[in-house]
Amino acid sequence: MTEETQANIIKRTWQLLCHPCTTKSLLSLLSMGFVAGIIFWGGFNTAMEATNNETFCISCHEMEENVYQEYKQTIHYMNRTGVRATCPDCHVPKEWVHKFVRKIQASNELYHKMLGSIDTPEKFEAKRLELAKHVWASMKKTDSRECRNCHDYESMDYGEQSRRSSRLHQKGFSNGQTCIDCHKGIAHQLPYMDEATHKETGL
Amino acid sequence: MKIINSITFILSFALICFSLLSFADVVSLRGHNPLDEEAKIPTLKRWQHDREPIARNYLQQPPIIPHKIHRYTIDRRSNKCLTCHSWRSYKESGATKISLTHFRDRDGNELSSVAPRRYFCTQCHVPQVEAPPLIENQFTPVDSLTQE
Repeated sequence: MTEETQANIIKRTWQLLCHPCTTKSLLSLLSMGFVAGIIFWGGFNTAMEATNNETFCISCHEMEENVYQEYKQTIHYMNRTGVRATCPDCHVPKEWVHKFVRKIQASNELYHKMLGSIDTPEKFEAKRLELAKHVWASMKKTDSRECRNCHDYESMDYGEQSRRSSRLHQKGFSNGQTCIDCHKGIAHQLPYMDEATHKETGL
Repeated sequence: MKIINSITFILSFALICFSLLSFADVVSLRGHNPLDEEAKIPTLKRWQHDREPIARNYLQQPPIIPHKIHRYTIDRRSNKCLTCHSWRSYKESGATKISLTHFRDRDGNELSSVAPRRYFCTQCHVPQVEAPPLIENQFTPVDSLTQE
């Protein structure tokens, strides 16, 4: 195929798309569009959901060997009542728009996967504080939105809580604090912190 | 007839031996438990919930932890206890602050943060479960420590 005929085909297709269709009824065109829309939208969401579960997350050895092993020791993995929060429950928003934004941000993670930024435990350890700070900052920015999917302070019965948690929760919330301000390192190990970082993070 | 007699004798002897053996069970430190029976599983003790600081029984006693510390991490990277009990945070958290002695290393130098030998809190400080004492004792604190 010469370049000329190729350009011709593109031109003709474009003209076809720009002119009114004379052979199909408006109803059939609309129905075709409707069905195509369902297939496209459904497929898009299915694909997005396929990347939104633990199996997908730990298919990367970076996640499986480091953060997943740590998480397995914590209360969000195993507890008295058998409720489990998996990776996306805390790290991906539930609402569609926020979820979509987070998925776009994840392309940066793919980029670093290709670069091999954290492909050994040593490299991961060296970056742990920086990575943790990113998560803490985004949690703080959203008022710990993903925590609040399950833990809402308005649903808390302070009478049922122990002395310490009851007092500190009420104090914290009335001072406008959010979950992540105190609850750091609950599902993964904390990074090594020097005095300055201790002061900065309040830990 | 003789054969039957001897068989009866052997059988009864064996029975007596068997019953004697079953009486002479081995008693180990884990308690009296015959080998052919399953041991009783001791009930899981529950950690006590938060309460007021527990009084010491003797002067040098490391204070007992009056709350649960399940899943608290104390490792090279972080020390969960110190998030409340350090001198920086004890006022805000309302916790007891760690003693000044914890800043002294083994050579007698006063450090600006917790000395490595005092860093691992649970080596001395322990939480409590609601369990009867294994061995009865009549220990009472000295008068100066007794609270009226």
